[in-house]
Amino acid sequence: MNNIIVLPLILPIMVGVLLVFLRPYIRLQRIISLLTMIGVACISVYILNRIQTEGIMRLDFGGWKPPFGILFVADSFSALLVLTASVVTAICLIYAFSSIGERHERMFFYPFILFLVAGVNGSFLTGDLFNLFVCFEVMLLASYVLVTLGGEKAQLRESIKYVVINILSSWFFLVALAYLYGTVGTLNMAHISERVAEAGQGPLLTTVSILFLIVFSLKAGLLLFFWLPGSYSAPPTVIAALFGALLTKVGIYALFRTFTLIFYHEPSITHNLIGIMAGITLIVGCMGAVAYKDVRQIASYNVVIAVGFMLIGLAVGTQTSLEGSIYYIIHDMIAKAMLFLLVGTMIVLTGVTKFDQMSGLIRNYPLFSWMFFVVTCSLAGIPPLSGFVGKVLVGQGAIENGSYVLVALAFISSVVVLYSLLRIFLNSIFGETIISPEDELPLKKGLLIPIVLLGIGTISLGLEAEVLSSYVSDAANTLFNPSIYIDAVLSGNK
Amino acid sequence: METLIIILIGILTAVATYLILSRNIIRVILGTAVFSHAVHLLILTMGGLKKGSVPLLKEADAPYTDALPQALILTAIVISFAVTAFILVLAYRAYQDLGSDDLHALRGTNDE
Repeated sequence: MNNIIVLPLILPIMVGVLLVFLRPYIRLQRIISLLTMIGVACISVYILNRIQTEGIMRLDFGGWKPPFGILFVADSFSALLVLTASVVTAICLIYAFSSIGERHERMFFYPFILFLVAGVNGSFLTGDLFNLFVCFEVMLLASYVLVTLGGEKAQLRESIKYVVINILSSWFFLVALAYLYGTVGTLNMAHISERVAEAGQGPLLTTVSILFLIVFSLKAGLLLFFWLPGSYSAPPTVIAALFGALLTKVGIYALFRTFTLIFYHEPSITHNLIGIMAGITLIVGCMGAVAYKDVRQIASYNVVIAVGFMLIGLAVGTQTSLEGSIYYIIHDMIAKAMLFLLVGTMIVLTGVTKFDQMSGLIRNYPLFSWMFFVVTCSLAGIPPLSGFVGKVLVGQGAIENGSYVLVALAFISSVVVLYSLLRIFLNSIFGETIISPEDELPLKKGLLIPIVLLGIGTISLGLEAEVLSSYVSDAANTLFNPSIYIDAVLSGNK
Repeated sequence: METLIIILIGILTAVATYLILSRNIIRVILGTAVFSHAVHLLILTMGGLKKGSVPLLKEADAPYTDALPQALILTAIVISFAVTAFILVLAYRAYQDLGSDDLHALRGTNDE
């Protein structure tokens, strides 16, 4: 029954292909795509619980025993991310129903969302480094289409840069894979880890690991994020929200996986480098977040800051800090989707993009405005919201390890996040109401419900952190002790 | 043989880098295509050139050639083909709508 772990990849792809043939029936497409995402979420809950009782699950495709074939491996870390990604996508789909418009829906919007999710889930679940590349490409091709869909001038302009940057980073990925294959002669991640441990991580392998670091940093937006704010503010709101929530997280997942499972022997070089990059990312991201008045740009720079924060957990590398990062990744997927949806809705409601041109939305849309307050507090890490647990654990791990500079940067960045979002809150949500009740655009229920759902998500994730804690500590334990993962993959044939 | 191929890969990469740094978008796309050829050759070389016999069991006495790099290259070729086709269409559409194929003209506004 391990076959179930391929479903988060296969189900969206199959349904996506089916939806291509159902092009004229938009209602049907909506229902099927939403049901698929809910189904994937239920499956991942089941997988997550089975991992707790039976240990790491794996599926050898075609019966080829590892290390020879391609395989899927589900540990708590990947199952948690698959679960969060599916839930966030389902909620974003609800938002899309009443915002994206029929023109997009007729041009295969839902199939491409499903292909995107398939690529994301595949990247989380695969246990083979080349398969990771393939899943990345599935995800990226879908994202290329989604970023250009609609064909606005700004979209075309930004998407060319986005596509070229990603082609280049895929090229680096292949180069790194070629060198790694030439050095260790295998592509199975657990087997690579074993061989690297046997041979010792010499200068050559460290260089290869830095190539991987460059590749995944480009995808995650760690230091090399120059492409991110432009391409995340061009597409329609719901697509930007999905990108902000999911795409960078895949890069972060890949960084965590490679630098805890494979290249963990030279932390003084690689992990220090990650720490320096994370620190600079935080500083530059903070500058960006306070420099702009365009609310989408501010949201995009908040993505950058969060990336820097999560990777501090990896750079420090203690079990506590890894646990904190995992909490924070889950929190950030929910909160960033919520932030992008809120910001996009504000632009729709007011018709302007700069926060100093909006004012007094709280009179017009009270619930919506309080949701903005919730996400502000959540992203700044104020208890009892979901950002708090992750921040505390990352900070605790970093202090245990004596990385005081990183701790300082991490917590200063939280203050800047709070400042950048409170600036929006005070200017556009408080203040004099400039939209008179007659001119007020009605806020559709379909736009408000997903935002409220995500708000409930971030509040309950903060209040009920204990529910998650056993899963998260198991995930951190597997990351911290690579031998658990290696044993599960290479020994015993289930 | 391997050394020769590696030098060839170096030349291809240099050419591709030159192309991708130019302002004309078609040159950039050609650059990405040349880049992908270079990396395919690199993967092939990493598996070892002209070593052993055909990788079919019982066809010959071992050692067999490593067949994995070919499989990897095949996948990579398909992907780079799809991506190149996509970006060509994208560039054409952008040229139609924005009226320029010069990347400097596509920088976007700075006042935001």
